[in-house]
Amino acid sequence: MQKIAPFLYATGLHLSLVLVLVLGGTASIAHAQESPYIVAYDHYLEEPGSLELEYFSTFGTQRDGNDYHAFWGEIEYGATAWWTTELYVEGQTTFNDSTIFTGFRFENRIRPLQREHFINPILYFEYEEISGADKILKEDEGHDVEADHAVPNALARREHNHELEFKLLLSKTFKGWNIAENTLAAKNLTGGNPWEFGYAIGASRPLALKASAQRCSFCRENFVAGVEMYGGLGDRHSFGLHDTSHYVAPVVAWNLPSDWTLRLSPGFGLNDNSHRFLLRWGVSREFSGFGDMIARLFGSHKP
Amino acid sequence: MTTIQGAIIRLVSAAMLLALAVSPIWAQKDSARLKKDDSSVYDELAKAPKKAAARRNPLENDPEAVEAGANLFALHCSECHGATAEGGRKAPSLRAEPVRRATPGTLFWILTNGVVRRGMPVWSKLPEPQRWQIVSYLKSLPPAEASN
Repeated sequence: MQKIAPFLYATGLHLSLVLVLVLGGTASIAHAQESPYIVAYDHYLEEPGSLELEYFSTFGTQRDGNDYHAFWGEIEYGATAWWTTELYVEGQTTFNDSTIFTGFRFENRIRPLQREHFINPILYFEYEEISGADKILKEDEGHDVEADHAVPNALARREHNHELEFKLLLSKTFKGWNIAENTLAAKNLTGGNPWEFGYAIGASRPLALKASAQRCSFCRENFVAGVEMYGGLGDRHSFGLHDTSHYVAPVVAWNLPSDWTLRLSPGFGLNDNSHRFLLRWGVSREFSGFGDMIARLFGSHKP
Repeated sequence: MTTIQGAIIRLVSAAMLLALAVSPIWAQKDSARLKKDDSSVYDELAKAPKKAAARRNPLENDPEAVEAGANLFALHCSECHGATAEGGRKAPSLRAEPVRRATPGTLFWILTNGVVRRGMPVWSKLPEPQRWQIVSYLKSLPPAEASN
């Protein structure tokens, strides 16, 4: 399995490219207006009927072990204006060790309120089926620390986690600034583990608030910059900041008129339990009309 | 892992995968609600609070606002409302009389809050000036032709 993992990963990437090409021919492309956050969530959901394909990478330094490159692919679909559903597939390469598939996640975000309010809540539910070798750091929870990632892949992958995760996403946009706060509670269904807690906060703003009269790639309004911070808050038996890791990460997104969004985020560990440095980047493309395309495939709508 | 835990995990996995599978169908069900002669789609305009409806467009004298608004409309709105705002299968015409009569503040309020139950997302993620630019574009549109 270890030997064929890179092959499976490459095959997965090829399949993703084929999917992008097929969708490019059948669904129209929507201009992305994406937030720059990689860990935090704001309160904006995917537009109904739109599909977004995303790829993210995280390079992490590792004390007492090998540095690593963790990656995930994400399929995000706007089922309705109040419900977005996502599927993640993830893996990692630990240098001088191996490349392995580490599992999948299935996530749903639901908007309970009809209109914009002073603070806008979103309810988040996720089911994860991941191995102990997962290193994507999509969230930081409980007593997760850097040393957890020093375990060799062959050993770490033997641990299988089936986890339920709930988040309350709070967000507000005012005068171009978005402020987001996420609180999470997670329960590993295997082995009688306690509830674990974590947080993420973020602030971001486009570099310009007015749109230019002409379409352009390098206009300031296409860039959104900000910062996010995230970390663990212990578990039910030992709630608090001791033995937890925390990160702060400047973030920037470039929303291209050619329908792609690029994100870049260097992250810095804030205590000795954290990785010293994380470099994250991502690329995504949104396809509107995906729901219509599926409906046409099954003949429920006539063009 | 106990048998009960295993059963719960399998049940949750199955339920979530089922939800993923049916979500595109759900979206179609929602979007299929719009009927051509359904004038109730414009009822939401009347729900704008008076204070919001009375807001003036700060960009009404900006010579570039209509052009910028047209670009924004093409990028974010035309997929549902049609290339020239004539309406589509999923969303109503924005050249119809109720929209033409609506104040700029009302249109801005609708853009900001969306009509989530009917499938229109909130657009407060667009900065305020961009939403006003879209309002400028909508206010510049000619009325729908009789054939529409």
